[in-house]
Amino acid sequence: MSTLTLWTVIISLGVGSFLLRFSFLGLVGDRPLPPWLLRHLRYTAVAILPAMVTPLVAFSNEAGTGPEPGRLLAALVAVGVGMKTKNVLASIGSGAVVLTLYILIMG
Amino acid sequence: MSTTTTKTAFWRGVRDSAPFTLVAGPFALLFGVLATEAGLNLFEVMTFSLAVIAGAAQFTALQLMQENAPTVVVIISALAVNLRVAMYSAALTPYLGRAPMWQRVFAAYLLVDQSYALSHQKFEAEPAMTVPARMAYYMGTCMLVMTVWYGASLAGALIGSALPPQIPIDFALPIAFLAMVAPAMRTLPHVIAAFTAVVVSLFAAAVPWSLGLIIAGGAGMIAGAQAELWMERRA
Repeated sequence: MSTLTLWTVIISLGVGSFLLRFSFLGLVGDRPLPPWLLRHLRYTAVAILPAMVTPLVAFSNEAGTGPEPGRLLAALVAVGVGMKTKNVLASIGSGAVVLTLYILIMG
Repeated sequence: MSTTTTKTAFWRGVRDSAPFTLVAGPFALLFGVLATEAGLNLFEVMTFSLAVIAGAAQFTALQLMQENAPTVVVIISALAVNLRVAMYSAALTPYLGRAPMWQRVFAAYLLVDQSYALSHQKFEAEPAMTVPARMAYYMGTCMLVMTVWYGASLAGALIGSALPPQIPIDFALPIAFLAMVAPAMRTLPHVIAAFTAVVVSLFAAAVPWSLGLIIAGGAGMIAGAQAELWMERRA
């Protein structure tokens, strides 16, 4: 990649990301948002994050065609522990331990 | 326990965010390593991490640049991956929208998964918090995470390619996001929203430029909102 391309990308992403983050917070300010919008926004995190993670887990094998068993198992354990304990660290830890053990055992 | 003064709110935010440094650290470290391997120098790596502060978007851009994708495609794809921050911005507006403009500018720059997830949960649970207390809590959640983000980017760039390839550090991202979302499954509409997003994301994975993420996320939000309306009507 050329230096010009790299800097074009860095500057565009920096400015673009800021504008995305600033959009509502900066421009809408204290005007009340309509109830239908708020009702949808309540589900941003629980919709977007799984939507981002699912393909990363489901197509995690080397060819990108299906799940890699260790990663699928680690993801399921992390979700299960997270829902059960409501503890972020316990969830991350259990997922990491499962994946590490899987790699050690299956080599 | 209610969070009353801005000072206690700030430190509460710092404490609540501590576990997330374990999340932000590895990503920034990995980005530093991978970007250095891709040929970026220290100044370029650090400017990238400081300007964008978005692991997924930075990895997307790095990947596409190495594939020599057109610059426009690189930018659009990385911003599409990062579109969710606009939704976070909208979600926090009812709570922080009345803060002074200069504070909102800083808050916008620092808006990432961690600061959003922690703050939104907190503001929802404690509706009596004042706007300054909310802003203090928000900045508290950013302080440690951002320090670790910058530091780990630097460490990654310095380490370069010294990291053993067997370590599955790439999978820290999915695990971390799952860990953030699992405790948020408080009600049936939350579960329905997540389940819908998961199913749609599998079908939308082939949509170019990462727009599948936006489609699946949008579908999940609509499903959650509809489920909420349906339950209200039944109640």
